[in-house]
Amino acid sequence: MKLIKAVIKPFKLEEVKDALSEIGVEGMTVSEVKGFGRQKGHTEIYRGSEYTVDFLPKVKIEIGVADDLTDKVVDAIVGAAQTGKIGDGKIFILPMEECVRIRTGEKGDEAL
Amino acid sequence: MKSKSLQLLCIGTSPWKFLLLAIILAFSNAVPAHADDHEETPAAEEEAGPVDDYLELLEAQGEYAPAYDFFTTSMLWTVIAAALVFLMHLGFATLESGLCQRKNTVNILFKNVFIISIGVLTYAFFGFNTHYPGDFNGWFSWGGMIGDLNADGGSTWGYGGLGLAMTGFGDFIFQAMFAATGATIVSGAVAERVKLSAFMVFAVLFVGVAYPVAGSWHWGGGVLADMGFKDFAGSTVVHAFGGFGALACVMVLGPRRGKYTENGIKPIPAHNFPLAAIGVFLLMFGWYGFNGGSVLSAEPGALGLVFTTTTLAACAGALGAMFTSWFALKKPDLSMALNGILAGLVGITANADVVSVGSAILIGLIAGIIVVFAITFFDKSKIDDPVGAISVHGVCGIWGTLAVAIFADGFDFMVQLKGALLVSIFAFVFAYIVFTVLKAIMGVRVSEEEEDRGLDITEHGQEAYTN
Repeated sequence: MKLIKAVIKPFKLEEVKDALSEIGVEGMTVSEVKGFGRQKGHTEIYRGSEYTVDFLPKVKIEIGVADDLTDKVVDAIVGAAQTGKIGDGKIFILPMEECVRIRTGEKGDEAL
Repeated sequence: MKSKSLQLLCIGTSPWKFLLLAIILAFSNAVPAHADDHEETPAAEEEAGPVDDYLELLEAQGEYAPAYDFFTTSMLWTVIAAALVFLMHLGFATLESGLCQRKNTVNILFKNVFIISIGVLTYAFFGFNTHYPGDFNGWFSWGGMIGDLNADGGSTWGYGGLGLAMTGFGDFIFQAMFAATGATIVSGAVAERVKLSAFMVFAVLFVGVAYPVAGSWHWGGGVLADMGFKDFAGSTVVHAFGGFGALACVMVLGPRRGKYTENGIKPIPAHNFPLAAIGVFLLMFGWYGFNGGSVLSAEPGALGLVFTTTTLAACAGALGAMFTSWFALKKPDLSMALNGILAGLVGITANADVVSVGSAILIGLIAGIIVVFAITFFDKSKIDDPVGAISVHGVCGIWGTLAVAIFADGFDFMVQLKGALLVSIFAFVFAYIVFTVLKAIMGVRVSEEEEDRGLDITEHGQEAYTN
């Protein structure tokens, strides 16, 4: 099993969610985060003084997937979240030791 | 699926039974009593009714009886205006908390609750009679607590020989609402780093003592009144007073941590612009009471003029600040536009009843332009004013006072200038001394760690937004 963490642009969330449902992903956890990569920040101005905002709002999606579904999920996310401009985000794929469904106690692939 | 109403009836049938019983009992008591009265009163006798009460009231007005309707209308308007000025405290609360950081919201709101409370109470205890001492030396006369202001003809027109179209209580409550605004101007400027206890002591002295003393020089019939000074609703005695008191406190207090660095000014942006905008619109709404109520009657001519000039100045002030910030500071800044509305309002406050439509627009426009430059000037001078209170109230207060002589006939520029400076310098010196003494005795500033963590947690142990 793998834990996929994808940091994407906030307005792409709906598209990514739809793309994932299409390939059979039935759940995900979403959090509002801040971050930057090569995109850097932008300049804001308040009462005549400028300042840079380095951290930009992003959305992080976390999904637990079975090994054989991993590539399809990554492709789906890339396809939906991509704009071609700097700041599209990154996907991190981590090995997942175990997964448990709290309601039933199921483990392993059944719990995903 | 049960309907909502059916659900409501089913939930808690016991309270409903008691309510029904109570209604039945009330009716059963009422009906027999009413029947008894009817039998005892002879049909031929005329009942002493409301008309006789009214005629009695008229007689009590003495020579003013023919104008009783005007008196009651004026009094009504006065108390409504007092309520509108009260509403400005809601405006201050939302504006200040909106323009400051999230972590200090509770503290700012708390200070605003405190200010209106002690403002009105000190005004009742000694402020009102110090503000309006009657016959005095023109500089200072300490007054005592207000008593029954309806007594001794206080509930009739011309109470106390003043010829005001309101009762003593009406006069008191209208003026009381003004008093607290002086301290609240300061609260915005010292926000986010002032120590709560020190501020509370300062506010009691500033509003309780300094405000009525300064006010007595003009509205109380003192030295400024003798000079022919004009300040219709308080550009000097309320706004400049508060603004320059704020300047003194900020100079003693110091700026917020991290605001002025070696690399220049590091802005601390507003945390909630909707709140700030709501605050400014509420303040403008309240200003109709502030200026409109200062007509001190329901005289239609003056009232219509004041409402119009006040509104025009506010609008012109907004545009003046908007475009000034756009051209001079690269972008149209919402916080500047909001300050611009207030600048226009402060500017018209001294002269709303004596200027023309065109003048009102110019006064507001110039105030809006001035305020942007004043704000950036103070920032560059490392005088940290999170809400622009010193610029809006202090600087534009003086502008509004001078505008009286510039735009209206029959007023002396030097008199206006002297009056504005006298009150501003007095407020500044008073605040500077009090704050310096407080700094020595108890400290006026929270610690660095407290400032970083936020005053909500450190001074109050509470959070404004728990999610």
